[in-house]
Amino acid sequence: MQFRTRAIHVGQERDAATGAVVRPIHLATTYVQPAAGEWGEYDYSRSGNPTRRSLETTLASLEGGVGALCFASGMAATHAVTMLLERGDHVVAGTDVYGGTYRLLHQIVNRAGVDVNLAPSSDLARFEAAIKPQTKLLWIETPGNPLLSITDIRACAEIAHRHGCLLGVDSTFASPVLTRPLELGADIVMHSATKYLGGHSDVLGGALVVRDKSLYERLYFVQNATGAVLGPFESFLLSRGLKTLELRVHEHARTAQLLAEWLVTHPQVKRVLYPGLPSHPGHDLAKRQMHGGFGAMISFETTGDFATAKRIVESTKLFQLAVSLGAVESLIEQPASMSHASYAAKDRAANGIADTLIRLSVGLEAFDDLREDLNQALAAAK
Amino acid sequence: MGTAMTDKSSNSADSRPADKSAAAVPPAVGSSTLAVHAGEARQKLGDSITDPIFCTATYTFRDSQSVIDFIEQKQPREEYGRYGNPGEKVVERKLAALEGAEAGLLFATGMSALVTFLLAKLNAGDEIILFDQCYHRSREFCVKHLGRYGVVTKQVPACDYAAMEAAITPRTKLLISESPTNPHLSVVDLDRFVEIGRRHEIETLIDATLATPYNLQPIAAGVDYVLHSATKYLGGHNDLLAGVLVGRTDDLEPVRKLRGIMGTLNSPHNIYLLERGLKTFELRIQRHNANGMAIARYLEKHPRIEKVYYPGLESHTDHEIAARYMRGFGGLVTFLVKDADWRATARVVDAFRIPRIGPSLGGAESLVEQPLVMSYFECTPEERQSYGIPDNMIRLACGIEDTADLLADLEQALATP
Repeated sequence: MQFRTRAIHVGQERDAATGAVVRPIHLATTYVQPAAGEWGEYDYSRSGNPTRRSLETTLASLEGGVGALCFASGMAATHAVTMLLERGDHVVAGTDVYGGTYRLLHQIVNRAGVDVNLAPSSDLARFEAAIKPQTKLLWIETPGNPLLSITDIRACAEIAHRHGCLLGVDSTFASPVLTRPLELGADIVMHSATKYLGGHSDVLGGALVVRDKSLYERLYFVQNATGAVLGPFESFLLSRGLKTLELRVHEHARTAQLLAEWLVTHPQVKRVLYPGLPSHPGHDLAKRQMHGGFGAMISFETTGDFATAKRIVESTKLFQLAVSLGAVESLIEQPASMSHASYAAKDRAANGIADTLIRLSVGLEAFDDLREDLNQALAAAK
Repeated sequence: MGTAMTDKSSNSADSRPADKSAAAVPPAVGSSTLAVHAGEARQKLGDSITDPIFCTATYTFRDSQSVIDFIEQKQPREEYGRYGNPGEKVVERKLAALEGAEAGLLFATGMSALVTFLLAKLNAGDEIILFDQCYHRSREFCVKHLGRYGVVTKQVPACDYAAMEAAITPRTKLLISESPTNPHLSVVDLDRFVEIGRRHEIETLIDATLATPYNLQPIAAGVDYVLHSATKYLGGHNDLLAGVLVGRTDDLEPVRKLRGIMGTLNSPHNIYLLERGLKTFELRIQRHNANGMAIARYLEKHPRIEKVYYPGLESHTDHEIAARYMRGFGGLVTFLVKDADWRATARVVDAFRIPRIGPSLGGAESLVEQPLVMSYFECTPEERQSYGIPDNMIRLACGIEDTADLLADLEQALATP
């Protein structure tokens, strides 16, 4: 079956008891067992829940994995991966990663005696050079956040495996519609399901999908032992969102491509970071690695200063001023003051996150409306 | 140009009235922008980007003077859950904006929308005229139940405008039709329909459930009321029941009042799911349209098929009218299996692997049914003939799955002996 058909049907078979075409939402926290010491398929909702399991089955199919695990948030999913590590282990993470991941690695994971180094994952030689004998995990994001850098997943997987490391890929910006990291050799794909997977700005969730059964079992142990599982209502809303995932992501990406091409021509725009533009350093790689579009996140630097960028993000009428991304509503933000404020200022500067950088999450509105909105906001900020 | 603007009759940008009630949307916007933003406040309670769900049975007043201000209509606000809910008003405004109508009203189901409307508008001794191809429960309510209240329902052949006009008497109060009709997919010439109503000063209602406001804009054609089972394409995920009626604010007022008395309202959770479904409305309908057209074209050439009913096909009786009024032709395709009795037809239905057997339509998941079995099994053969339901008829409600998968499934289902 094609991707779109699987998104609707895999894991979402009709309910056997009633024939309901949409499976019921199972709120039960516990399950009655056949006999003492004899366990049914489900025992306690943290260990497994039919509504969550349906979603996990769909996601595993969409990413081409053996199993998926859904968490209360993307950060809970990423944290679960880091709980595979032990004192003395080392992590190499890309420089163009979500601020929350940076914070997790530098302020939480480090407390357990796990060392972290950042290196640009789009520069494979420098990325590999950061690996030490103690390195156990490589963590990349592609497209990166907020600079939309593109990392070669297949090459990183080869590097990781040559050094006996796992490769984890935060594929939130791409979604399985555009990129499937497990098919390229990655060991773990992570999603903030809050974004494109949910797609409607109304669910917080995270997901891990893996292609190795024993790794799945290890992560399942972590999830069950630490308990940051996704709730049944959220699981239902996510499954509902997946039914339109491909339609949404393709439409988001089409509109984003048009907006990026338009922004390039605007006199108040200094540079546009979008992998779909031939000027983007990762464009050729993105063409190989992303299928059917280049995503719907665009970053651009405006002329002027911090205050100019601030005025622009506060002047749009359709683009709403908020962090997060990947939903039907277009959003706008200034990474230096919002999504990447948790970076240390020197790391932000070193990683190219300028004060005049603006990040767009392109929604499902009509292109003409979004272009007009940006146009008037840029004019207002002059 | 975004895809929102590229359909054959781009009625999205310029011809629609601006949504006056919501600050979220600038004037003159595309229909996908309306679907995402119309009806919603730009800045919401708690600054959340999505609308909160108000699970409240009642609304409290600060003091007695507030109650008096409310009664004297100095202060519009909510009073009690049966009379209204903030989330309900958002979706009513969104649907009205998509329809190009002044106002909308939500109901528990499509049937409760129709029933509440009819009971609000009609009195004993009144007459209504229906085109006879319609949802069998709509007909049943009009004939059996309105009849008990002394309202006479006259049925005339679908799209027979002369017959409709001939049935009009001084007591006629409403002209009602579906467009497209179910399951024959006849399409109403709205100009003729509206013209008859206007000349005789009779209000008109179109049930446009099978079309959706993306494909058909009856209000722009002069129809007074448009009704939908929002359970179908508007909700779009086979997971909620809802009905909606749109029209002029003043015309809807007695219906709104009766809804408050009868309690035929929808629930806050459901309404939120409907709002969420509407965000992807345009994308979904474009996909349903594409699947419907591909399936209809495939069936038309298939040797086991006797006839295909799909208004997008040149062979359809009403194709010319459909092409004039519709931007796309929907996901519902009805067809007859050649030389098949009802059991052989049922075998084809049972052979489908992707569409599941079930009534309803318009959700992400494709559904299939044999009208004889699903809706008319207890009728006599003569009754079925009078409703135009042959034994070998199948109704396929295309979902939004991949077209190639649906075609492959149809091919194997039709290969069953």
